[in-house]
Amino acid sequence: MSLDISFIGILIGSIMASSVPLILAASGELITERSGVLNLGVEGMMIIGAISGFALMVITDNLFIAIVGSMLSGVIISLIFGFLTQSLLTNHVATGLALTIFGIGLSAMLGKNFVGIPGKEFPILFSSLRESIPFFGPILFGHSIVLYFAFALPFLTNYFLKKTKLGLVVRAVGDSPVSASNQGINVILVRYCCILYGGAMCGLAGAYLSLIYTPQWIENMTAGRGWIALALVVFATWSPIKVLIGALIFGGITILQLHMQAIGFRIPVQFLSALPYLMTIIVLVVISRDSRKIKLNTPTSLGRIFYKEK
Amino acid sequence: MYKNFFRYLISAIFLLGFSVNSNADFKVGFVYVGPTGDHGWTFQHHEGRNAVEAAGIKTTFVESVPEGADAERVIRQLAQSGHDLIFTTSFGYMDPTNKVAKDFPNVKFEHATGYKREHSNVSTYSARFYEGRTLLGHIAGKMTKTNTIGYIASFPIPEVIRGINAMTLAAQKVNPNIKTKIVWVFTWYDPGKEAEAAQALIDQGADVIMQHTDSTAPVQTAEKAGVWSFGQASDMQRFAPKSILTSIIDDWAPYYVERAIAARDGTWNQQDTWHGLKEGMVAMGPYNSAMGADLVKEVEQLQKDLASGKVHSFTGPIYDQKGNILVAEGKVADDGMLAGMNVYVKGVEGDIPK
Repeated sequence: MSLDISFIGILIGSIMASSVPLILAASGELITERSGVLNLGVEGMMIIGAISGFALMVITDNLFIAIVGSMLSGVIISLIFGFLTQSLLTNHVATGLALTIFGIGLSAMLGKNFVGIPGKEFPILFSSLRESIPFFGPILFGHSIVLYFAFALPFLTNYFLKKTKLGLVVRAVGDSPVSASNQGINVILVRYCCILYGGAMCGLAGAYLSLIYTPQWIENMTAGRGWIALALVVFATWSPIKVLIGALIFGGITILQLHMQAIGFRIPVQFLSALPYLMTIIVLVVISRDSRKIKLNTPTSLGRIFYKEK
Repeated sequence: MYKNFFRYLISAIFLLGFSVNSNADFKVGFVYVGPTGDHGWTFQHHEGRNAVEAAGIKTTFVESVPEGADAERVIRQLAQSGHDLIFTTSFGYMDPTNKVAKDFPNVKFEHATGYKREHSNVSTYSARFYEGRTLLGHIAGKMTKTNTIGYIASFPIPEVIRGINAMTLAAQKVNPNIKTKIVWVFTWYDPGKEAEAAQALIDQGADVIMQHTDSTAPVQTAEKAGVWSFGQASDMQRFAPKSILTSIIDDWAPYYVERAIAARDGTWNQQDTWHGLKEGMVAMGPYNSAMGADLVKEVEQLQKDLASGKVHSFTGPIYDQKGNILVAEGKVADDGMLAGMNVYVKGVEGDIPK
């Protein structure tokens, strides 16, 4: 086995690529949850994004339309969730679960005619730099634009929540919708926006899978990644940067265990397969021990129904 | 009292249903493990079903049926709804098929790639895919520059282990320095995971990728990385035109038509079928011209010899990983040994997951 420095660079590059859908979906869900809304429909919104993106790519042959369309489809399906939970005041958990089941079924139906069509190659940036610089080349260059966006997103999210007035509004709505409402903030509108934003990011995460990572459409191709993204948000205690760390650990160990097999480590394969889940939870629990900070980040009214008395 | 009454009523309705069905058209059911559009394993079974339909026999199919409790439910459902012959097309359907067969003695069952025929209405059939693997091994041994062949394996069952061994033996014959690296993904079908496994093997220095999983993700990954690959179960060439050297193609159509007609005409009997290159159940896709004319000729000759029986994929001496003799010099492995194969041959790295 070659453990030279350029190999580690390639390895980190593939780990980053595999974490992208988790980062996107978890960052989107994080904003939704910080506004006090628990949307368990991440998996459903991702799979809808995956089929919409792929279908649009096949129909229009335009990757830009496909990417934007996948985000729009996420917005549309999350609008259903928003309408039900915010306007009709249904239970968040039940509605979110229904959204996932609905999304998986609907995507399978929509995707019937798109199975077995080879995808189109997605343009990658700076591919020449990737080859010419050892170690840093494969880490920093030769990725799709979506990957760069995904890695900037947690930092942007962090900035948004901590340093902007709008971020403060979102947090206020998530912590105490009643006081926020008394301050004159339109709680329902803010929550709608956060839900739709979460939907757009989940749609993009799905499109990353069907357009870039494994360019093809197959039924249920998100394969539970939405649920992992949801768990990441909680274990990262609603901190965007910890979401990024968690996603990288999960992606990293998934890839590493395949490498360990290829190298021929004498560890039971079944244990290796369980390792990503175990390690992600352990690491995130350890780095988020500070209970004061947890309290600071946790949206206290998460999942609670809010309505304004008239 | 009423409870019993309802029970009788329900069984009466069921019996009525059966008698109606047995008079109705002859129907064949298919159970698939993946979607019909996987362009691999299930796709080929579906082609076989289309051939049965074209022969004028009514068919139904259920796709993406997980191996396990769901499988039994689906098979039972097909048997109950008046299907006379049911093809269950994945190894993991073995026990559910036999279980349902016990309760429906008048329905015929055909289970692919299994070995259990516990009741007289269960037949098994499989293809000698390992003959195809021998050809892939020969090609891989000649084409690799890094002397490392990457193998994406699904589940540790004899079928998969046989393929790994046949490939390794053939590759060793043309290139004694060959190493086979194996990654177990524990799925037949998960494009994301298959792609990651292919990438891991490529990163570990494999420049020929082989898969015993069903999606086209590994060949697409190989195409992107600029290494060689082989199509699995169907001709996957259009998914990776530069990378694919050839494909092992499963052709179930003639067998399915033959068995469906036999069942309809009442000449169906229990049997264990294992066909290969000779009968055409295993076929090879077009050879990539990048192999060079000489190698193509060589492989075509080997393909003929395998079909005629002049060459056998498992010809002694064959040793296991510890150096114990498995097949003596001058002998070939018998079908019993092949069917139950659960050890790696010498030259394969790692352990079989238990």
